[in-house]
Amino acid sequence: MQSPWRQGSLILTAALLGLPLFVICWVGLQLLWTGDTSTLSHLWQTVVPEYIRHSLWLMIGVACGVILIGVSTAWLTTCCRFPGQRILSWALLLPLAMPAYITAYTYTGMLDFSGPVQRTLRDLTGWGYGDYWFPEIRSLGGAVLVLSLVLFPYVYLITRATFLQQSATTIEAGRSLGLSPWACFLRLALPLARPAIVTGTTLALMETLADYGTVQYFGVTTFTTGIFRTWYGLGDLAGALQLAGMLLVAVVALILIERWSRSQARYDQARSRSALPFMLRGWRAWTASALCWLPLLAGFILPALQLASWSLDRWQVWIQPAFWELAFNSFGLALAAALIVVILALWLAYGRRQLPTPLVRFSVGFAGLGYAIPGLVIAVGLMLPLTQLDSWIISLSKAWFDYNPGLLLSGTLFALLFAYTVRFLSVSLQTINAGLTEIRPSMDEAARIHGYSPLQVLARVHLPLLRPSVITALLLVGVDVLKELPATLVLRPFDFNTLAVRAYEMAGDERLADAGPPALMMVMVGLIPVILLSRAMLKSQQSALKEQDFVPVTA
Amino acid sequence: MRKLLVLSTLILASFTTAVSAAQVNVYSARKEALIKPLLDQFTADTGIQVRLLTGSGDALLARLTSEGENTPADLFLTVDAGNLYRASEAGAFQALGSEQALAAVPEQWQGADGEWVALSLRARPIFYAPDRVDPSQLSGYGDLADARWDNEVCIRSSDNIYNQSLVAALIEHWGVEKTEAWAKGLVENFARSPVGGDRDQIKAVAAGVCDLAVANTYYLGQMEASDDVQERTAAEQVAIFWPNQDSFGTHVNVSGIGLTKYAKNVGPARQLVEFLLSEEAQQWYARTNAEYPAVPGVPWSERLQNWGEFKMDKLPMKHLGENNAEAVKLMNRAGWR
Repeated sequence: MQSPWRQGSLILTAALLGLPLFVICWVGLQLLWTGDTSTLSHLWQTVVPEYIRHSLWLMIGVACGVILIGVSTAWLTTCCRFPGQRILSWALLLPLAMPAYITAYTYTGMLDFSGPVQRTLRDLTGWGYGDYWFPEIRSLGGAVLVLSLVLFPYVYLITRATFLQQSATTIEAGRSLGLSPWACFLRLALPLARPAIVTGTTLALMETLADYGTVQYFGVTTFTTGIFRTWYGLGDLAGALQLAGMLLVAVVALILIERWSRSQARYDQARSRSALPFMLRGWRAWTASALCWLPLLAGFILPALQLASWSLDRWQVWIQPAFWELAFNSFGLALAAALIVVILALWLAYGRRQLPTPLVRFSVGFAGLGYAIPGLVIAVGLMLPLTQLDSWIISLSKAWFDYNPGLLLSGTLFALLFAYTVRFLSVSLQTINAGLTEIRPSMDEAARIHGYSPLQVLARVHLPLLRPSVITALLLVGVDVLKELPATLVLRPFDFNTLAVRAYEMAGDERLADAGPPALMMVMVGLIPVILLSRAMLKSQQSALKEQDFVPVTA
Repeated sequence: MRKLLVLSTLILASFTTAVSAAQVNVYSARKEALIKPLLDQFTADTGIQVRLLTGSGDALLARLTSEGENTPADLFLTVDAGNLYRASEAGAFQALGSEQALAAVPEQWQGADGEWVALSLRARPIFYAPDRVDPSQLSGYGDLADARWDNEVCIRSSDNIYNQSLVAALIEHWGVEKTEAWAKGLVENFARSPVGGDRDQIKAVAAGVCDLAVANTYYLGQMEASDDVQERTAAEQVAIFWPNQDSFGTHVNVSGIGLTKYAKNVGPARQLVEFLLSEEAQQWYARTNAEYPAVPGVPWSERLQNWGEFKMDKLPMKHLGENNAEAVKLMNRAGWR
């Protein structure tokens, strides 16, 4: 009886969240009947082939980077024991707290010609410019490196969860059949973890597609920089949105690949207990340790140290109350947005599971597209309908109450929270979906047979089982909102600034040292969620270990 | 039901929008650090509250136009002539209506019908390494495309508005064809693919990556005033060459301000514009950010005087806006990233 209503409300929610995407698609479609393709054809003739080439290389590079770093560290920290493994297992999440563009600034500060590394090299050898070859950090390769270092935790996080859940019997069967630890990894664990790896990589690639700060600073022309150039330079917002529409196509392709890969490989493993870890000794242990420390060092410790050294030069900033207000704003926004996004994601993911009609599945999928759209494009796509709605409210209110309430939707934090929801819904949807697939349908059926209503099933069966995924989703969204810049910049209300805005304003004006304190503060505020996340991870690991008699296996 | 809905949002709104006496709302493309101190001074002097929203000029303009008559913004402040022109074209401005402001600023640095005025000027000359380059070999922007400087020129990406404005000005002076040939020659002379900002180009000259660079002067000012020894040393190793002194003069862009069409606080807004053109405020730009005052006769700061007098391009600013899209297309064709 209620199912048409529920279905309708699900579709409506998804459609509301897809509002900015509709605007983009609509502007794109306008092309068809106005036939004004002059901007687009100019762009195709001149720069679009290069955008496509650079975006593709960037994505291939980042995909290789995050898989290589993320999977190897996830395997080593879950299934092997070596010095530092416990610390590393949570510390490897720390790069998540680093906004990519901040890492880009710090590496430029360290590695460019006038930076300390090359200067020391020149002082030691007496070389001058042109006497030696040094890799240019501000290049396509540099962008791949920086984005990989910042984004690998997505793969690490999701793959690690899978490795933890992998049944001991599978691995032990492999070992009893004479497989070496390496072969166990390559022939059993890796294929079993493939869906998780693909999901993590998809998240990382969507972030890569939406990235503007890093590629722009490194002078790499991609689709995102092209969108901005078309809007700002050619003054052609419609042309820019049309480019964004092309980006949407790429995103849909990514999502389809992800879905396909998951449907190809669905392994149902009886989850008796986790596999016993391999105890690494001697040079193996040290190599494993070094392999895990390296991405942590490059992705977090070095950039953070650079930020700290800039911040020391500007220590006065830390005692200004206005500076702490920024931190408060950032944190409050992140918290509010995380709660809203996760509640909506639960509602959508749950609805999709209960009513998996094609229409519901499609609209939920549509609502998740925002992740790969540059924040600024979402902001514009949102601003147009919201200001329209606002002017409607104002005219009604003037007619009825003779009072002008001002811009209630587009001029307040509402717009900002809405934009965050559109942009980051996908992160929490994917995390929660992954958690929901762990709950077998038979559990629902058992609960329903016992007379539980669907809501009771959610509260008593699903929520306890889903808790890790919900916490993960909350924290991932929180950290993402904290780092978000372009939408915040366009949609925030008067006299409202965040740490990301301040850091960007300073860095954008090439005052890197002044960008130090807000950037460092942002990383520190971001650390709180990351540490919470890692604690939640450790707990689930410990409870997994408790269920079994711990007998170490030596590799 | 609908009435109830609207009423409840109104009650909500009454908590959020505190009604204060006199205030001005400013959308500013100038970064907070480069305008807030002046606004605070204005509030201290007049008691008028200023609410500020910073962001990129294009995004703020999009917000301004989509808000239409409901916009809270009274003033729109930009850091380039292009956005002033676009705002004007989009009908987002009204005549400033302040005789005092319009009389203070020379006509080429005002919008059509007095819709906006410049607040400060930003010059974009050539920087060179005095130990490697004899300035008598240079004459103007045309040299940057000369084969003599093969592999010796640094300039930032053409995504940057200052490069777009420079090319827009050159199109006005030289025509599209000559400018495009120039842009191709310039790209041939690049010492490296364009990376980083203006400051990076100046540093590249100091470091020997290239002999010539194009950048706005205030970046050199920031480097000279930096508390980082490295930056100051680098600033000492470059010199400014003022291009095209025998012809149209050195390219300048403006940071300017206009009164929005649907401004609710017109009086206080005018007062703020007049304050921003006062001698005190004009000297402040020069002192804190090494920009040139828009009001003639305002004494230059010591740093500006050290860089020397030069002939500015008197091209009306509207051409920078008009030619901007053509400039971007031209740079696309020339392969200037």
